[in-house]
Amino acid sequence: MGNEFFIYLAVMAVSTYLVRTVPFTLVSRKITNRFIRSFLTYVPYAVLSAMTVPAIFHSTGSLISATAGFVVALVLSLFERSLITVAFFSCLAVFVVSLF
Amino acid sequence: MNSMRKGFLDGLPIGLGYLAVSFSFGIMGTNYGLKIWQTLLISMTCVTSAGQFAGLTIMVSAGSLVEMLLSQLIINSRYSLMSVSLSQQVDDGFKTPARIALGHFITDEIFAVASSRGEKVGKRYFAALAVLPYVGWSLGTLLGAICGDILPSSISTALSVALYGMFIAIFIPPMKKSISITVVVLISVAISVFLYYQPFFEISTGISVIICAVVASLVGAIFFPIKEERKEVQHGE
Repeated sequence: MGNEFFIYLAVMAVSTYLVRTVPFTLVSRKITNRFIRSFLTYVPYAVLSAMTVPAIFHSTGSLISATAGFVVALVLSLFERSLITVAFFSCLAVFVVSLF
Repeated sequence: MNSMRKGFLDGLPIGLGYLAVSFSFGIMGTNYGLKIWQTLLISMTCVTSAGQFAGLTIMVSAGSLVEMLLSQLIINSRYSLMSVSLSQQVDDGFKTPARIALGHFITDEIFAVASSRGEKVGKRYFAALAVLPYVGWSLGTLLGAICGDILPSSISTALSVALYGMFIAIFIPPMKKSISITVVVLISVAISVFLYYQPFFEISTGISVIICAVVASLVGAIFFPIKEERKEVQHGE
């Protein structure tokens, strides 16, 4: 693949860049509308939870090891452990369970 | 919140998770017949998971540029939502040049970490936060493209839950304190599960995430509007 590669790449990279940067740059003032502010406050949590469930259960190729990773992450999160701790022990749980 | 040290630390788990995810992207690029530098260049210029996987598929199947553009806009449109959300949480020093320079690093994970700390996000913190994820994403792609399946599958499998573990660590603690966040999360998860398993139509991850986020956040905004911060003088009330 020669020149076409760069054309494809340009379309991908530029569109992805603009989708992120244009709203970020244009919305530079504080939004005062309470409804919109409320909506935007909830967005991160809604995005993250939707991306996690059910995808995590299909991420390891085994429902059992994935569930182990999920449960460990859930419990540690309830105890408010740090991101790296939760991520590490979640991986460890998957690793250990998949040994059997 | 504008500490670079804190930014690096918060970026570490994201970087590790990215290493695993981008590794598989690197393998895929090589399998599809791309040169190593081509696969690496895609990762370094796009910095997005789902969009790259879709783009690579279109590229190798010689799809049209319109198809490429549409797929990228649809899959990545969730970033616009995140950008607007993040724009409300950055501090006053995060001006236009910094936004133009750093906006491209708004990934799902970087956005999530930056915006869920309940503090204003400074540009120094944000730049530092982006470093290790960017390195992890690029390095993982490179390694995957070069060596394919060197990593034992038991390890790469285990690494693939790292990002999800991190997500869970971000959205669970606030649920303990806020009934409204709990409701929003449960609605979002319910829709996500439905869209994933329903047999009626195919739906991409990007679109699914948007539907979940918009519906759940709308419900949240309608039934649990946030209290206005009042930092002004409160005399006479």
